[in-house]
Amino acid sequence: MTHAVSPQSDARPQPSWMKRNKLAIAPWIFLIPALIFFAIYVVIPIFESLWLSLYEWNGLYDAEGNSTATWVGFANYAKLWDDPNFWTSLRNNIAWLVLYMLAVPLGLFIALFLNQTVTGMRFYKSMFFFPFVISQVVVGLIFGWFYNPDFGVVGTVWKAVFCEETTNILGNVTFTCSRPAPDILSSPEWATYGIIAAGLWPQIAYCMILYLTGLNNVAADQIEAARLDGAKGWKMLWYVVVPQLKPATFIAVVVTVIGALRSFDMIAIMTQGGPFGSTNVLSHYMFEVAISEYGERYGYGSSVATVLFGIMLFFISYFLWRMYQDEKGGR
Amino acid sequence: MFLKLKTATAAIALTAMAGAAMANDLVINFDDLNPGPKKGFEDAVELFKSENPDINVVVNINDREAHKTAIRNFLTADAPDITSWYPGNRMAPFVDAGLFQPVDDVWADNGFNEDLAAIKATMSRDGKIWGVPYSYYQWGIYYRKDIFDLLELEEPQTWDELLAACGKMKANGVTPFTIGTKFLWTAAGVFDYINLRTNGYDVHNALTAGEIKYTDPRIVATFDNWETLISECGFVDNHASMSWQDAIAPFANGDAAMYVMGNFSVDGYKNAGLTEDQIDFMPFPTIDPAVAPAEEAPADAFFIPTNAKNVENAKKWLAFVARPDVQTQWNKTIGQLPINSKADISDDKFIQEGFALLNSATGLAQFFDRDAPAAMAKAGMEGFQEFMLDPSKKMAVLERLDTVQEEVYK
Repeated sequence: MTHAVSPQSDARPQPSWMKRNKLAIAPWIFLIPALIFFAIYVVIPIFESLWLSLYEWNGLYDAEGNSTATWVGFANYAKLWDDPNFWTSLRNNIAWLVLYMLAVPLGLFIALFLNQTVTGMRFYKSMFFFPFVISQVVVGLIFGWFYNPDFGVVGTVWKAVFCEETTNILGNVTFTCSRPAPDILSSPEWATYGIIAAGLWPQIAYCMILYLTGLNNVAADQIEAARLDGAKGWKMLWYVVVPQLKPATFIAVVVTVIGALRSFDMIAIMTQGGPFGSTNVLSHYMFEVAISEYGERYGYGSSVATVLFGIMLFFISYFLWRMYQDEKGGR
Repeated sequence: MFLKLKTATAAIALTAMAGAAMANDLVINFDDLNPGPKKGFEDAVELFKSENPDINVVVNINDREAHKTAIRNFLTADAPDITSWYPGNRMAPFVDAGLFQPVDDVWADNGFNEDLAAIKATMSRDGKIWGVPYSYYQWGIYYRKDIFDLLELEEPQTWDELLAACGKMKANGVTPFTIGTKFLWTAAGVFDYINLRTNGYDVHNALTAGEIKYTDPRIVATFDNWETLISECGFVDNHASMSWQDAIAPFANGDAAMYVMGNFSVDGYKNAGLTEDQIDFMPFPTIDPAVAPAEEAPADAFFIPTNAKNVENAKKWLAFVARPDVQTQWNKTIGQLPINSKADISDDKFIQEGFALLNSATGLAQFFDRDAPAAMAKAGMEGFQEFMLDPSKKMAVLERLDTVQEEVYK
């Protein structure tokens, strides 16, 4: 038996829970796919890696698929403390961080230089931006050849200055030099700086493009006003232009710090951490002890990764905190 | 726990690919894509198929470096019936993790204990034999015969003759040795030879097994000899930024006259434009006449994973690859030496000389980086490179290697 329901009372059924909370739920539904992948590829591996750093493991499972890892607690970290290669890598990481920062002011000056209206400026800009577009691996290879004391630019210039062309015992052309050509990538003192110089090339281009976009947004009226007040040259740059470029500077510093800490490709291509480990940085050392041909120490590699993670976390937290402060201030 | 999870995922992924496995299969994972070695292997597979028409042979060929990574997964997740790998310490992690099967019965049933006697110690671990080798090659000194003729030099037989020859080369503007140590292992070849000639095979093994220290007087003596070689003979400048292939350039140009290398390098010399008349091979000279001659002869071998599904077929393959006629043909194709003492060799002069050399050897070392565990090999080879760049750091390097040794073998 059905009652005729009066149109006034209970007109519509209670809206479902989903409908009532639509606004709160919708963002999460859209976020779910990204969160799942972020968890699988980023968050879970971080914890796996932290956990693995407490084991000694050569990366093998036995025939039944059980891991052959043994628990060693913090022994891997104790080993790190006594490992000269680890300290070399850490020192190189700091050298990278400090010297890589040069990319920020250099990028700014190139950007200022290119921020003019001249015929063909787009072409020059794209040429300056070019090194950032090509792969780091290619940059590493090119600089590796560039530094080569036999056939590279360095070697050729050296031969022109210090060497004599002679013929050897078989009558083939050879060179005798009053002093041997500098072998930058094989010198434990200079190799790291050689690689950093190579790394700066694309990094400067990156900072430059950040500043070029930033310069587009510099308020012309403020420049004009400053000019009327008699500001010019360095003062104009420092007190009027640079403060307006603050967002660009912030991003440039962030990408440069992170770029310096994850410098891996160039080292892998140019020296493989050599000669005898003197150009290693933490990211490459971690690869070397865990995954490379002579590695097979996954626990130890994970402890290196953990230290690197800690350093990165420090910088990233600071950047996030800064961004949060800025956003609060902006409201 | 998460380690298991990872295996499980890998296993699922791999079974999906290998789903078509049939009952009477033989799955072989081989590790060389270079044209010569690949052809040698494929020809052997064809012959095996024609002799065993009932077996369905499935072949996966990967390149060397990729194979080194992949083997760590596939032995557990989706084991083939046969995989190629290296003997000596390189097989130790897999043997210790129980991932390879002992194959003593294959050796006993086929008379390999006699025919492959020279390599038996290298293929053994924990009193069992773990694989069957199909090929190896000699190391020694490759030299420019035309330069030696010009300077009226004979092949030096002893250390003093070598140093004297070096003196004459230097006086005539020739750098005695070329080498490229960028990838480190070439320096290990020089170290191994000086050590084998100074102290012999047993000390080489004891050192790579972690039984004697690097600061042991015998090893220090090796380094002293090496220092003499560096000061009185000398290596090309800038060797730390050259690969072994780059180091062929001064050799081909006639700037350097000798190269401590393995036989695989002959191809490189020929590609650089040298003819067989211009290059020749000699054994590394004797240093201490009381030390029995031992040589470097890295071998390539086949192993049966514990998780192999067709073990009977796999054993047939192992018996097949060590047969004299198969080893003869295979090694002719790839330009290396057969290990089976009943096999014939090609009439290539380097192969002939190498065969004579290895047959008279009392011990066959695999190579520093195959005999020593990975972490030790890496630190050791870095130390060798550092020493070559600055011999005055000798004791500092040796002391550091002692610390690493303590850590690795504990």
